[in-house]
Amino acid sequence: MINFSYTIWIALLPFLIFLLLGLAGHKLKPKLSGLIGTFGLAVITVLSYITAYKYFFTSVKVEGAFQKIIAYNTTWLQFTDKLHIDLGVLLDPISVMMLVVITTVSLMVHIYSLGYMKGEKGFERFFSFLSLFSFSMLGLVLATNIFQMYIFWELVGVSSFLLIGFYYQKPSAVRASKKAFIVTRFADLGFLIGILILSFNTKTFDFITLTDPSGPAMAQGSGIAFLGLSVMTWSMIFVFMGGVGKSAMFPFHIWLPDAMEGPTPVSALIHAATMVVAGVYLVARMFPIYALTAPVALNIVAYVGAFSSLFAAVIACTQTDIKRVLAYSTMSQIGYMMMALGVSGYGGHEGLGYMASMFHLFTHAMFKALLFLGAGAIIHAVHSNHMTEMGGLRKYLPITHITFLIACLTISGIPPLSGFFSKDEILAAAFHHNKLLFAVEYAVAGLTAFYMFRLYFSVFWGKETQYHQTPHEAPATMTIPLIILAIGSVAAGFIPFNELVTSDGKAFETELELIVAIPSVLIGLLGIGIAFIMYRKESAIPDKLALTFKYSYKWAYNKFYMDELYLFVTKKIIFRYISDPIAWFDRNVVDATMNGIAKVTQSVSFRIRDFQSGQLQKYGFVFITGAIMLAILFIYLWK
Amino acid sequence: MNTGIPIQYFLVLATIMFFTGIYGFLTRRNLITILMSVELILNSVNINFLAFNRYLYPHKLEGKFFSLFIIAVAAAEAAVAISIIINIYRRFATINVEDVNEMKF
Repeated sequence: MINFSYTIWIALLPFLIFLLLGLAGHKLKPKLSGLIGTFGLAVITVLSYITAYKYFFTSVKVEGAFQKIIAYNTTWLQFTDKLHIDLGVLLDPISVMMLVVITTVSLMVHIYSLGYMKGEKGFERFFSFLSLFSFSMLGLVLATNIFQMYIFWELVGVSSFLLIGFYYQKPSAVRASKKAFIVTRFADLGFLIGILILSFNTKTFDFITLTDPSGPAMAQGSGIAFLGLSVMTWSMIFVFMGGVGKSAMFPFHIWLPDAMEGPTPVSALIHAATMVVAGVYLVARMFPIYALTAPVALNIVAYVGAFSSLFAAVIACTQTDIKRVLAYSTMSQIGYMMMALGVSGYGGHEGLGYMASMFHLFTHAMFKALLFLGAGAIIHAVHSNHMTEMGGLRKYLPITHITFLIACLTISGIPPLSGFFSKDEILAAAFHHNKLLFAVEYAVAGLTAFYMFRLYFSVFWGKETQYHQTPHEAPATMTIPLIILAIGSVAAGFIPFNELVTSDGKAFETELELIVAIPSVLIGLLGIGIAFIMYRKESAIPDKLALTFKYSYKWAYNKFYMDELYLFVTKKIIFRYISDPIAWFDRNVVDATMNGIAKVTQSVSFRIRDFQSGQLQKYGFVFITGAIMLAILFIYLWK
Repeated sequence: MNTGIPIQYFLVLATIMFFTGIYGFLTRRNLITILMSVELILNSVNINFLAFNRYLYPHKLEGKFFSLFIIAVAAAEAAVAISIIINIYRRFATINVEDVNEMKF
């Protein structure tokens, strides 16, 4: 048995750095605090790689399956003998994989931010928040029980809120951070209800007990409890609601595009690579329960994922803000992962979707972080977010151009880049399970290639734009992370996930299924080709198309009016017909009662205050009279 | 033992002194006079203690000790009270008890 107890420091070190920078950051030089944060992250990145190596290659397997190892566990809140909340470190294939993803992307973002955020006000605040986020995210993936996960789930929500609202003087940033917090908080309510139902029925919070195929969760069976679904199904649906909020799936996706108000490195770290995949991670974490006792909930996961991916891909084709295109693309790719989990079974080759989802999570983290950081470099050079103000940048930003192209090819699923392998596994899993979902995802693959290359061509090719200042390549602190991530995007596809990260921990055989792979590459190339024709040079086709499909274009451009729908529901219906009457009741009934009591007390005290006259002899008289009365009472009347 | 003055005489004297003190305490306006009335009340109690001690428990000393204590405490109390009165006079330039009524609602 290898000792993994040091892994607790992987989570604790960023927390200590957060405290240091948060409390003493303003006394340090900004550059020094940035370096402290980056150095700490580098240390835990190395630790994570060592852990991954030890876990995957030297730890003992039982019957060919990776074991779940509790590296550290302490009872945090002991309510009763049985009800207690622990904090600890759980190592299993997905948490070790997430360690690698989080620390890698986070380290890249730290290095990148040294250049990107240089000279910004609140530099040290930025780094302390980044450390807080790293701490919370690592605590989330390492959680040994679902309650610890919930605690850190909220903590990542808070750090996301803080970082979206980093430019707190900008009203739009403040609005966006509020929106993100409230929307996800609303979804987390579902998560909490799910946790309560689940742990009430299984009498445990512990993941290992919960996901044990012969454990109490499975013993609940599928007896019908409410509205034709079993208890476990309901709890899993509620838990998934939390995942929907955090992962920006339909219908809780509205916060993600607005979250792009945050600094671009934050978008890369939180809103592309790590936090938004927490929902996928959650479903993967609870996967045995979904697969073995709650197939209905698993179907919901699949359909929500598939719908979100299509929905987001269509919107992404019409947006002009490069970060928003990437945000919708993130949503679409996470939809892929959800869908893959949803069509997966438990164990062996049945678990192909599970493996594919984790694989795609890994590769997506690399190439999407790369895309966002590349977008940051473009914004850094052009000082604008809008595609319409860009064009022909390939000459000015050679490194950004090459790495961005690699990322675009990766997300479009062109072999032999990593996106091809992971997307192919997902499509294969869908193909074997559900042809409808396969068709949807197949279409989305084409759309993805189209909108990514629409972005690529209009930024780096397209019309020659006159810039106020000649754009210049970003400094080395920004380009080095781009290059490293580009290498990651290329190489990640060759990691044998089918041997490492599977639903039951056992390796299984996969092969490239040409019947799926060839059409998916072809539709990717088709999307690229259409984008090439429309955006390679300045052309009138896009405008003509937009004019032909005027209404549907406008509909998609305005994000299918989802924001307006939410505003209508909240402002016109909830506020007017629920909140206003409640406010009236509060003011005129609750407050009025309290005011009435206060008024009565006040008037009574006005009446009786004359007793307190300040006249010594009056007091003396009252006292003596009373004493005499008592004397009479006790002597003559008290028999 | 029964040859002296009967106990009723002492008790009547003490009662008269006590109610004189109460009357003075409630009616006089001068703080010094009020203080003197309080002394009267205390002394009437002293007489009671001594009388009961002498007539009921002639071989014990508790009553006498109580009286001695009361005399000592009364002396201290008089000193404190007079210093308070002097301070009141400095503050309000009066020792009329009706004018000293700051401590009210």
